[in-house]
Amino acid sequence: MDHTALALIELGGVFFLLGALGKVAQRVGMSPIPLYLVGGLFFGEGGVIELGDIGQFTHLASEIGVVLLLLLLGLEYSAAELVGGMKRSWLAGVVDIVANAAPGVVVALLLGWGPIGALVLAGVTYISSSGIIAKVLGDLGRLGNRETPVVLSILVFEDLAMAVYLPILTAVLGGVSLLGGLTAVGISLLVISVVLVIAIRYGRFVSAIVDSEDREVFLLRVFGAALLVAGLAQALQVSAAVGAFLLGIAISGSTAENATRLLEPLRDLFAAVFFVVFGLGTDPASIPPVLAWAVVLAVVTTLTKIGTGWWAARRSGVGRLGRARAGAALVARGEFSIVIAGLAVSAGAVEGELAALATTYVLLMAVLGPTAARVVEPVARRLQPRPATTGS
Amino acid sequence: MNVEVTPLPGIGVRKEFVAGNGRRIGVVNHRDGTTDLIVSKSDDPDACLASLPLTADEAGALANLLGAPQLVAQLTEEQKDLPGISTRQLTIKAASPYDGRSLADTEIRTRTGVSVVAVMRAGQIHPSPTPDFVFTAGDLVVAVGTAEGLDAATKILHQG
Repeated sequence: MDHTALALIELGGVFFLLGALGKVAQRVGMSPIPLYLVGGLFFGEGGVIELGDIGQFTHLASEIGVVLLLLLLGLEYSAAELVGGMKRSWLAGVVDIVANAAPGVVVALLLGWGPIGALVLAGVTYISSSGIIAKVLGDLGRLGNRETPVVLSILVFEDLAMAVYLPILTAVLGGVSLLGGLTAVGISLLVISVVLVIAIRYGRFVSAIVDSEDREVFLLRVFGAALLVAGLAQALQVSAAVGAFLLGIAISGSTAENATRLLEPLRDLFAAVFFVVFGLGTDPASIPPVLAWAVVLAVVTTLTKIGTGWWAARRSGVGRLGRARAGAALVARGEFSIVIAGLAVSAGAVEGELAALATTYVLLMAVLGPTAARVVEPVARRLQPRPATTGS
Repeated sequence: MNVEVTPLPGIGVRKEFVAGNGRRIGVVNHRDGTTDLIVSKSDDPDACLASLPLTADEAGALANLLGAPQLVAQLTEEQKDLPGISTRQLTIKAASPYDGRSLADTEIRTRTGVSVVAVMRAGQIHPSPTPDFVFTAGDLVVAVGTAEGLDAATKILHQG
């Protein structure tokens, strides 16, 4: 068999299997991300079948997957929403960072992974999965609930925090000095502020550059613009993902909606490749040694997220049941934890064990999160001090 | 009525008010144009008893159902000093021969003496429609006339 034929067959096999896994996830009502990771483990180094010929394609495709994940995240928000959300929730956001990054830092230091490992694992345990959470809130009919704006504004804060964190991480992984790191932070803060101002004042011009009546032209322009901006951002050491995120914020209104509709299938495709590639890079044999730590982290960070949500919801005057719901809703971690771990692994700056720990952790949290959001209400009702016989 | 508007970043906007019985009633307007009707629980006011997704058509129909009786009641109240005159709401059903045709085509005024004073469509009132106003299925026609005239007008709108 020639090279092309083999590559096509392998790639087709991978996508087909992912389709089957996605179907299973849909059936049980869970996020497909953990199953994609498992798929990656299955194919990868030390897995059941080893893939050889599609490395070049999957490497680039997974980079595109990250760019699209962040671009669509940015498209979801308008700049005004981001600024408004940040003003409302900055205190809760800070509590969220401290409570949820700390367990990652502590575990990384205990395992002897040093300050870089600590920075990476802090990000992995901190960032909730806004994709999983938004879907769960919609599925459970909680969009009208009073605690939901609290949850959403914490997610907004986290996503903005990512835009500052990723450039720092990129700089540190690139092995720059303290001064270089601070420069990267300065540049990224400046760029984010400028983008927010541009997006609020002149968002329609940015939209006009990519917008087109014709679907095909529109798709090519948006996709091209995203890769261009991501590449330039990467060249400036601000991280490709953040560039795409900021472009997404700057595109607004109906252009953003149309772009989301067009790019969603592409995002799903490339993001699936990204998760698989991450799974590929993880040797299944390296999971058992870190399993205990992953479970410890899962338990601790579930509690810290619930605490964060509880506290933030109480500040907004939400009742006990609502506070419990807000806390449990925030538990899920997913795509962005993997994005962070993926950056670290591809830079080669951290131990392979970290990838194994991050994989196991996200596998646990992506399943645990939606489950927690579902079961929290009956559990909290049972734990409530007063009898629940008030009727409706 | 104090309508509270809350932005839901990444999703849309929630608009709600607190009804006399303490329940929150409102809508979540999604970015993609769909609407959820929300009603809060009585034992847990932060949560929602129902969060019903409605298409634009369904939301319009619901708005008509809620708005039209009020308009009719108001007009009835204004005309209570004129004996023999009543106000009624008539529907343009999907099977109506006037779905897609104008008010002039119905010749209601000539045939029954009834006046069409307003049309409710998707929750919006179109007051004093002109003869070239085109009906579509789902419209609520608010008409004023004698009881017999209104009966006849109902028949015309349903059967032609």
